[in-house]
Amino acid sequence: MSVDSVFVHKMWNDVELSKMVSGGIPFAMLSDAAGRVGSLYDVYDIDAGVETRGRFIIDPDGIIQGYEVLTPPVGRNVMESLRQIQAFQLVRQSKGTEATPSGWKPGKPTLKPGPDLVGRVWEHWKTSMAFD
Amino acid sequence: MPEEMKVGCARPMGGPVGEQQAEEQPEAGGETGQETRREERTMVKVGRKAPDFVAPAYHKGKFVTVKLSEYFGKWIVLCFYPGDFTFV
Repeated sequence: MSVDSVFVHKMWNDVELSKMVSGGIPFAMLSDAAGRVGSLYDVYDIDAGVETRGRFIIDPDGIIQGYEVLTPPVGRNVMESLRQIQAFQLVRQSKGTEATPSGWKPGKPTLKPGPDLVGRVWEHWKTSMAFD
Repeated sequence: MPEEMKVGCARPMGGPVGEQQAEEQPEAGGETGQETRREERTMVKVGRKAPDFVAPAYHKGKFVTVKLSEYFGKWIVLCFYPGDFTFV
């Protein structure tokens, strides 16, 4: 979503993005001409008249599980967004019985929060796991 | 799902729908207005409902109107960016 019109979205997709992504952009390119939706999500820069790089992960219940906002010159890390979605999906599937510690990615062990885990996280999780 | 829209010269605009739109309506007294705005800004929090909105969109060759809540039931990634044809 940006402040560009849907006509500009069409041209950007047809002229440039379709050269990067075969078949063009598969999802909806939204237009927020007046920045009203961006203001609602607190990512609209009223001085520059553009949206900043806000990214929101919304679960099937419509609940915001996470967000990240960057200033324009730095791009996002798509893999990190995917990792977060996978983590939120795992937690949801476990109905909250499992949690994903720092550095978790699919295949790595989760934690099962509860009285038995208090003071014993060190047995299950090592500092090195945050970095590998 | 998204409904196709007629193309004209007018620039269609998106905006909030539902509760927060009602909150936006100015009430008597300037104070209230400011408080309303603060309320609107604090709407976006983790663990809270994503504020609903409608927005015009370009999707696979068609101009459509998208409503966020129509996608509830799936995982949604909502991305904002500064502008088309920018470099990053």
